[in-house]
Amino acid sequence: MAALVVAFNASALQVKPDIAAAQAAYNGKEANVSTADHSKFKELQKNFRTGPEVTQACLICHTEAARQVQHTKHWTWQSADPKTGQMRGKKNIINNYCTSVVSNEKDCMACHAGYGWKDQSFDFSVEKNVDCLVCHDTTGTYRKLPGYAGHPVYKRVEFPRGSGKFVEAVDLKKVAQNIGKPSRTNCGACHFFGGGANGAKHGDLDSSLQHPGKYLDVHMNEQGLNFSCTTCHATSSHQVSGSRYNVAAAVTGAASIRGKVDASPASCQSCHGNKPHPESMDRLNQHTEKIACQTCHIPEYARNDIGTELSWDWSKATTMDENGKRIVRKDSAGRRAFDSQKGEWKWESHVIPEYRWFNGDSVYKVIGDKIDPMQTVQLNVVGGSPDDPDSRIWPTKVHRGRQPYDTVNLTLTVQHTGGEDGTALWHNYDWQKAIGTGMKAAGIPYSGKFDFVDTELTWPITHMVAPKEDALTCVQCHSKNGRLKGVPGIYMPSRDGNQWLDMIGWTAALLTLLGVLAHGGIRILTSKKEG
Amino acid sequence: MAVERIYVFKRFERFWHWSQAILIIFMLLTGFEVHGSYHLLGFEQAVELHTISAWTLVSLWVFAIFWHFTTGEWMQYIPTTEKVVAMIQYYSVGIFKGAPHPFRATTLKKHNPLQRLAYLGVLLFIGPLIWFSGWFYLFYGSWREWGMENLLSLEWVAFFHTAAAFMMLVFLIAHVYLTTTGHTPTSHIKAMITGWEEVD
Repeated sequence: MAALVVAFNASALQVKPDIAAAQAAYNGKEANVSTADHSKFKELQKNFRTGPEVTQACLICHTEAARQVQHTKHWTWQSADPKTGQMRGKKNIINNYCTSVVSNEKDCMACHAGYGWKDQSFDFSVEKNVDCLVCHDTTGTYRKLPGYAGHPVYKRVEFPRGSGKFVEAVDLKKVAQNIGKPSRTNCGACHFFGGGANGAKHGDLDSSLQHPGKYLDVHMNEQGLNFSCTTCHATSSHQVSGSRYNVAAAVTGAASIRGKVDASPASCQSCHGNKPHPESMDRLNQHTEKIACQTCHIPEYARNDIGTELSWDWSKATTMDENGKRIVRKDSAGRRAFDSQKGEWKWESHVIPEYRWFNGDSVYKVIGDKIDPMQTVQLNVVGGSPDDPDSRIWPTKVHRGRQPYDTVNLTLTVQHTGGEDGTALWHNYDWQKAIGTGMKAAGIPYSGKFDFVDTELTWPITHMVAPKEDALTCVQCHSKNGRLKGVPGIYMPSRDGNQWLDMIGWTAALLTLLGVLAHGGIRILTSKKEG
Repeated sequence: MAVERIYVFKRFERFWHWSQAILIIFMLLTGFEVHGSYHLLGFEQAVELHTISAWTLVSLWVFAIFWHFTTGEWMQYIPTTEKVVAMIQYYSVGIFKGAPHPFRATTLKKHNPLQRLAYLGVLLFIGPLIWFSGWFYLFYGSWREWGMENLLSLEWVAFFHTAAAFMMLVFLIAHVYLTTTGHTPTSHIKAMITGWEEVD
């Protein structure tokens, strides 16, 4: 019996304990013990004036680093669709949040791993413009603000302007001498705050992942496995694995061995395989044929008070108060709810995902694509179907919005929002001027007429994996009004059934019952008469 | 009227009958919950117990089939047309007038002609339908391995399994009622418990 219990526990854990322990140790203190102390390098014993100067120093030893980075999405903000060749990525698509980076580079590039991308003329081949520090700073003092085209703050500035708060100039020497592996803080500086606020964009990524409890993230819990982002997003030659643009949606086979070239580490199956449950729960393993791990194991996303933004209505922007002044309002949880600059938002915590068939490919609307304003514009169309063996049912966040479009040319517009010049929307509250400048920068025609159209953006949910005790239970999907209500192409016991068969079956049973009761009744009556 | 007692149901047969009865009723109960007809034990529990009951019933059937062939009892199910009309007349008219039962059970012929037909139907039609559909239902995850993923659809497997379950339910209702039609209302049931049947 004892042996049985031990065997069960070992199999229930599924990831070998020694690997897990090693992983935890690797991500803990030991990880900071490097073979090189950068503060002793003579190349770094100087008072750097700018970011590019630091990069030049880095490149003296790390000769290939900049060119490696220049081949990544962190630098190009582009991603080619492997099937159609369509160029996607932040540089080309229109999203449901700040809509487009074009004409707003000075602000947006606060999250670019580079220096100086302020307009379309940026030269992507200059190595010294690669920003090493934003990913490798360990001091927490390296901060890039909107408005500087990706440069950190070299002089003390008031930020936001007029707020009375100041951001100190960065000590580049100190930062350069204290570089290390990217931590949650480095990745989170951009990925937690995408869309302009903590948790706004993803819903499964926000600052709570800095110190999550086991409940929020079973892998990143500091008292447990203590994974960093890069434990899963294993990186080689600066290529970070795992991307929303090309999702490994239906990984099959056993867990992969680290170091194998074809392995895609940023998937659950990379460590757990596609039969992760113990043999005694084999029926759950069968579910992996149709269902992504995330569907059961991320029962809700944004499981915290930070929450996530579920809609952004740009059509309400430029509405001012009775004195013509900017209105800024927060919701009861302190999250942005309205801003005359940007419009109206709705937020939610503990969000139940919407479930879709997904094969990992999404077709995105890129700048200049035609739209049909009579329908809700899908900013990306999630690929996949029940008949496709490479599709699984995935949890998604659907963000709903309303944004401007050209009513004559039938394209979504590009608007110049950020900045303090004469046409920026957030400075002048004039859509016409803002769209004019944006469209010109994007190089697509603008008729001069615009209106607003409903839009949707659908993203798979994959972070904030809950402990197994919190996974969905059977009945949450296997019932008439369960989680997967309306998901087509599968027969689910309890959810589905043939209505005709049910009607005929129950009628037959009822008639039989009535028949025998009548028969018995008559027998009792006739026997009494005789008696 | 003198009451005679004859030994009709042997010990294994009685064990088989009652354990099968419990299992079938329990599987109807859990099965229709899995089907989504009501909530009773909870979906997960219902699936679990339905599966365990299925395997138990399979084992029971293996023993029962073995028993039937080694003892020759399988011959009890050979259909006959003799007295079928008389039986129908008895159930629809005679029974109300206190007419004598047209069939007299013996150890060698324990089932009346209608019973033979009904049980044969259960054994040769409802049984296989429920077992085959249930088997494919249970091993849904192995269809690909078996190269049958394109031949089968879960929707139809479930359809036939449910249809067979309804047939079993109808049989069960009629069967339970007909046990009261013996020499006395309880004599058939007593026979299935003790093995001894009272006959006229």
